[in-house]
Amino acid sequence: MPSLPDMTTPDVVALAERAAASQPHDPHLEDVDLRPAFFDWLCRMGDNTLILGHRISEWCGHGPVLEEDIALANTALDLIGHTQMWLGLAAEVEGEGRTADDLAFLRDAMRFRNLQLLELPNRDMAVTLMREFLFDAWHFEMLTALCGSQSPRVAEIAAKALKEVSYHLERSSDLIVRLGDGSEESHRRMQDALDRLWPYLGEMFVEDAVDKAVAEAGIAPRPADLRGAWEQTVNEVLEEATLASPDTRMDVHQGGKQGRHTEHLGYILAEMQFLQRAYPGASW
Amino acid sequence: MSRKEWPLWEIFIRGQHGLNHRHVGSLHAPDAEMAIRNARDVYTRRKEGVSIWVVRSADITASAPSEKGPMFDPAESKVYRHPTFFDIPDEVGHM
Amino acid sequence: MYAQMVKSEGMKSAEEMTPEERAFQNRIDRNEKIEPKEWMPEGYRKTLIRQIGQHAHSEIVGQLPEGNWITRAPTLERKAILLAKVQDEAGHGLYLYSAAETLGVSRDELMEKLHSGAMKYSSIFNYPTLTWADMGAVGWLVDGAAIMNQVPLQRTSYGPYSRAMIRICKEESFHQRQGYAIMMKMAQGTPEQKEMAQDALNRFWYPALMMFGPSDKDSVHSAQSMAWKIKMNTNDELRQKFVDETVPQAEYLGLTVPDETLRWNEERGHYDFAEPDWNEFFEVIKGNGPCNRERLEARRTAWEEGRWFREGLMAYAEKSAARRKAAPHAAE
Repeated sequence: MPSLPDMTTPDVVALAERAAASQPHDPHLEDVDLRPAFFDWLCRMGDNTLILGHRISEWCGHGPVLEEDIALANTALDLIGHTQMWLGLAAEVEGEGRTADDLAFLRDAMRFRNLQLLELPNRDMAVTLMREFLFDAWHFEMLTALCGSQSPRVAEIAAKALKEVSYHLERSSDLIVRLGDGSEESHRRMQDALDRLWPYLGEMFVEDAVDKAVAEAGIAPRPADLRGAWEQTVNEVLEEATLASPDTRMDVHQGGKQGRHTEHLGYILAEMQFLQRAYPGASW
Repeated sequence: MSRKEWPLWEIFIRGQHGLNHRHVGSLHAPDAEMAIRNARDVYTRRKEGVSIWVVRSADITASAPSEKGPMFDPAESKVYRHPTFFDIPDEVGHM
Repeated sequence: MYAQMVKSEGMKSAEEMTPEERAFQNRIDRNEKIEPKEWMPEGYRKTLIRQIGQHAHSEIVGQLPEGNWITRAPTLERKAILLAKVQDEAGHGLYLYSAAETLGVSRDELMEKLHSGAMKYSSIFNYPTLTWADMGAVGWLVDGAAIMNQVPLQRTSYGPYSRAMIRICKEESFHQRQGYAIMMKMAQGTPEQKEMAQDALNRFWYPALMMFGPSDKDSVHSAQSMAWKIKMNTNDELRQKFVDETVPQAEYLGLTVPDETLRWNEERGHYDFAEPDWNEFFEVIKGNGPCNRERLEARRTAWEEGRWFREGLMAYAEKSAARRKAAPHAAE
């Protein structure tokens, strides 16, 4: 009888956990010069998971079949958990007494740092899953690299998140293959989804001053360094899924990392932040 | 629709402490691989280190039911495809 | 309850029963569990399908009013808790559909009966959730009322149903508490929060009382179901128990139960309370509740728009099985 394979990625995780344990003190947290970039970069990580988690959670109760409804909720729950860790550390680095909740619920769109890809509407399961897969493939490479971060706090979060994201990627890759190579309609929908999302993907690999600063501090990899492995994963999965990569530009839409978003983010925040905005200072 | 419904699978899970695989419930999935994946999401809520077996409900052969009282086949022609007749002890909640 | 007004067959006296029916009833009287392949009266099977099916439908329709607020939850932690809770409801629906399937009906058939209106779900989910306090009220009152019924159903006579209930009760234990925790925060919060909490209690009190179904004197189906042990307590018993437990909880919150006649009856050892408006209940059951149309539409839309997804995955499974057959050594 087949048994489930070990679902973790033990080596990097063990390494990161050991690194964190051996170095309880993280000097990066006191580096005043690094602070603005480090804070911004942590917001990028946390906003990515917050906004994607929000989108995926919209499916709860509306999924195409019960099993998938439950699986999507698991993914969203993981991402909300990651958000708490990343934004929690961001708030700590900022040192202004804000909390993860303050960052999530009291910043306006121009202060959000997520990729534009992640705020696009779900539309259907094809767009939802294709977007998740394209992000998972990046997220997996990013977290794997971050397990070796010179910031033990970052490495520790990455190690925790990577366990879950490894499973996200496994699951989304599998569904892309199955739906791409499924019925005529599922194939068409998956190809449409890929074509629609393609122009937003380049943003994952574009480097700016923030990325440069955290890379030079040894905290995070350079965005461009993730591209090779990402492409390999994506190409393999798309090929097996009988889907064609568009030969158009991937870097048409970008700016989310710097706070320039699509129209969609404003509506997400209007909904997400409603209670905190309507009742300032209340405790929930 | 009643076109092609995903088949029903019986799910067996071995927890972290090495006890036997134990029947925990059922679910629908298009094939065995997806049944395992769905089982992980539905029945283990993501705890690592478990082992999952899945068996198509239709492939389970069951012993004759209780001998007490006269036995008759149900009037309905539909078979009972889903033998959830393995007692689930209390500790099953946490796998 | 989650299964209200479930039609059951007329009850037979021991003399009217066939020998099989008598033997069956004896087994139930001895607290033996009835298992899927065993002989059972057709009425038992049909009543169970209706009851378990209605219960399952209630779980998945019940995702909707709370699901409303997942994207508006006020903190990351509240968001995670609410999402986990609504996800549990999907899981409970799944377990219950599986139990119903052991009786020879498929899940897709049950879904279609929900969508066509041929099968019902609990009246409570046709009420709207208007403020965040409703997340508290639903957990506290609606899950609280559901638990009253589900705990005894763990001992129901049908094995798969009983086992599903055991699992559900275990997972459900945190639901009511998280609801009450929200109510506590609100009731101790700002004046606006307290107002929302009182308003939520005002709106959900009577609909929660309706969940137990009409009074026993008007409940024609109870006797047979109780003899079969697929209903363990009468509607009025459970309703009284719910009121007795809930009133002190409301007092602790500093909230007022919207019933001027409510008072402790020393003689009975119970609270006296006002009956809900049963006309409203029958109207909601008929489809004239505030949200009937939206709830059913949401379920139908999810099902219709998910069709390509379900069929696409089935198509892949068939293709890959065929490929494996054609090249048995290539695969794996």
